[in-house]
Amino acid sequence: MLRLALKMLFGDRAKYAMLVCGLSFCALLMSQQTSVFCGLLLWTTATVRNIRVPIWVADSKVEQVNEVVPMREVEVQRVRSVVGVEWAVPLFWNILQARLPDGTFQGVQLTGLDSASLVGRPAKMREGRIEDLRLPNAVIVDQVALEKFRKRGISLKVGAVFEINDKEARVVGICETERSFLGQPYVFTTYSRALEYAPLQRKLLSFILVQPKPGVPVPELLRRISALSGLRAFSSDQVAWDTLVWYIRNTGIPISFGTVVLLGIVVGIAIAGQTFYLFVHENMRYLAALKAMGASFGVLAQMVVLQAFTVGFIGYGLGVGLAALFGNAVLQKGQPPFYMPWQILAFTGVVIVFICLLSALVGLIKIARTEAAMVFK
Amino acid sequence: MSAPPVPDFAVKTAGLGKTYSNGDSVVHALKSVDFEARCGELLMIVGPSGCGKTTLLSVICGTLHYNAGAVTVFGQDLSKLSQGKLTAFRGKNVGFVFQQFNLIPTWTALENVTVPMLLNGSSRSEAEKAAAALLKEVGIGEKLQALPTQLSGGQQQRVAIARALVHEPRLLICDEPTAALDAASGRRVLELLKERACRPDRCVIVVTHDSRIFSFADRIAEMEDGHIKAVHGPDACQSLYV
Repeated sequence: MLRLALKMLFGDRAKYAMLVCGLSFCALLMSQQTSVFCGLLLWTTATVRNIRVPIWVADSKVEQVNEVVPMREVEVQRVRSVVGVEWAVPLFWNILQARLPDGTFQGVQLTGLDSASLVGRPAKMREGRIEDLRLPNAVIVDQVALEKFRKRGISLKVGAVFEINDKEARVVGICETERSFLGQPYVFTTYSRALEYAPLQRKLLSFILVQPKPGVPVPELLRRISALSGLRAFSSDQVAWDTLVWYIRNTGIPISFGTVVLLGIVVGIAIAGQTFYLFVHENMRYLAALKAMGASFGVLAQMVVLQAFTVGFIGYGLGVGLAALFGNAVLQKGQPPFYMPWQILAFTGVVIVFICLLSALVGLIKIARTEAAMVFK
Repeated sequence: MSAPPVPDFAVKTAGLGKTYSNGDSVVHALKSVDFEARCGELLMIVGPSGCGKTTLLSVICGTLHYNAGAVTVFGQDLSKLSQGKLTAFRGKNVGFVFQQFNLIPTWTALENVTVPMLLNGSSRSEAEKAAAALLKEVGIGEKLQALPTQLSGGQQQRVAIARALVHEPRLLICDEPTAALDAASGRRVLELLKERACRPDRCVIVVTHDSRIFSFADRIAEMEDGHIKAVHGPDACQSLYV
C-alpha cells in the first residue's frame, strides 16, 4: 500500500510539484539566510582568528574585539609582571584612512604588531616575507586590499606605495586573512610604525596579547591579570563569543535575518499545509473507498505520513542543495558571508519535519472525521 | 476437515433504525427495518430516491453506525465488533462496486484490483497474480497497465467488479452499478456479476433504480419511506416495473 501511496502522490503532478516547490523554497530560505547570518557573525570575530593568540587583554570597558578603548603603554609591563605570563606584547588596531595614488581614500584596519616578535602575524603570505615588515615604511596588505584597490583601477603589488595619515606606506608583502565584518582590508605593520601612522593621542595601545607559561591554566591567568592590572582579560574563545553576543544584542542583524527565516517557515507551512490539505481533500472519495474496503486508519495514516514526508525529504534536499550551491558560489567570490555548519542543516530538517507533520496531521484529521459511508453519496 | 456450514441468511436485520439529526430537525432514514438476504442469491433493493436504500446498504456493510435494532452478517452481530474489528471484518468479507467506480486515477487497473488483497495482508506478487487472472476473466486482460482514464465506463466497472471479487468476499455490495453505463454495458455488468459473484456461499446485494436489470434479481426488496414495503420473489421479478 505504501508503494501505491507514493504513486498516488507522484501521479498528481501539479500538487506534487507545488508541495516540493513550497518546501524547497522554505528549506532554501531558512538554510541560506541562517548560513549568511552565521557567516556574518563569524566575520565579526575575524580579527581574533587572524591574530591567533590565547589571551587578549583590553581596557576594562571593552566588550568585544572590534571596539578599542586605548590604554597606556605601561600596561604591557604590568601584564608581563603577572605570575604565569610567558610573554605579553602590544597590539595596535584601529581603522584609519589610506590615501591611494589616485587621490581617493580607503578605510583600512591598521594592525601594528610587536616589531621584535611579530606576534599576530598573518597565517599565510601570498607574496613577500613577514620579516620585511621591519624595513622602513613597510606594510603588508591582505587580499581584500587587492580587491578594493583593483575596483578603483589600481593594481596593488609588492613595491607599491600609498599613504596613511600623510606618511608613506610601502607594500612589502601580500597576505591572506579572514575577511572581517567591517569590510576594510587589513594592513599589517610594526607596532611602533603604527603609532606613527595613527593620529596623535595620549593613549594608543589597543590590546595586549598574552601567552601563558606552559602548565598555567588560562582561566586562572585571566583572573590574575584582571585582579592585578584592573584590565579585562579574555581567552580567545571568550572574546570571540563576547563579540558574537554583542552583535546579536546591539545590532538589528538577528531581527532582520530572523524575520526572513520566520517568513520562510510561514510560507512553507502555508503552501505545504494548504496544498497537502487540498491533496487529501481531493482524494477523500478514494480514501473513503479504501476505508470502506477495509483500510484501517493506521494504514491510511501511514500512507498520508509517507506522502507528506516524501515531499518533505525531496523539498529539504533541493532546498539545502540550492543553498549549498549558493554558498559554494559566494565562497569563491569571498562575499556575502556564508557559513553552513551541520546545526543549520539539522535546524532546517527539524522545521521541515514539523511542517510535514503539521500537513499530515491536517490530512489525518480530515480522514478520521470522514465516514467510509460517504463513498455511497 | 469439512467446510464451515453456510448460514441460511447472509444478512439479517431486525428492527433496524437510523436517524440523522441536524440541529432541531431529525430525519428517520430507516424505520424498524426487518430484512433478510440469503446465501446464494442476488437481491436487489429498489425504491424512490430518499427512501433509505443507500443508508440500508451502508449499515449492512458496516460503514455506517445505526441507532436501533440489530444487523447480522454471516452470523456476526456487527454491534459486537469494535471499530478496528469491523474494518477488518469488512475488508475480509465484503466487496464493493460503486456507482462512480471509485478507481484511484493514478493507479493502473491491475494496481486498483490488488488493493483488497493487499489490505488483507497478501504479498504484492500474490495480489498481482490474482488480480491479473481476474481481470483476464472479466475480459480486460489486455488493459492491466491502463489507467482508469484510459478505459471506457464499462471497462472501468469491470475493473471495479474485479476489485470487489479479488479477495473472494462472501458479501458483494453494489451501489447503482449500472447508473453510469449505457444499457448494453449495464447488462454486461449484471451478467458478469451473476456469473462471477453468485455462488451458494455468497450473497450479492444490488441497490438500483435501473428497471432494465431487474430480471437478473433472485428477489427484489422494495423500499419506501425508510422501511421495506414488499419483497418480491423470483417469479415477480420479471414483470415488476415493466
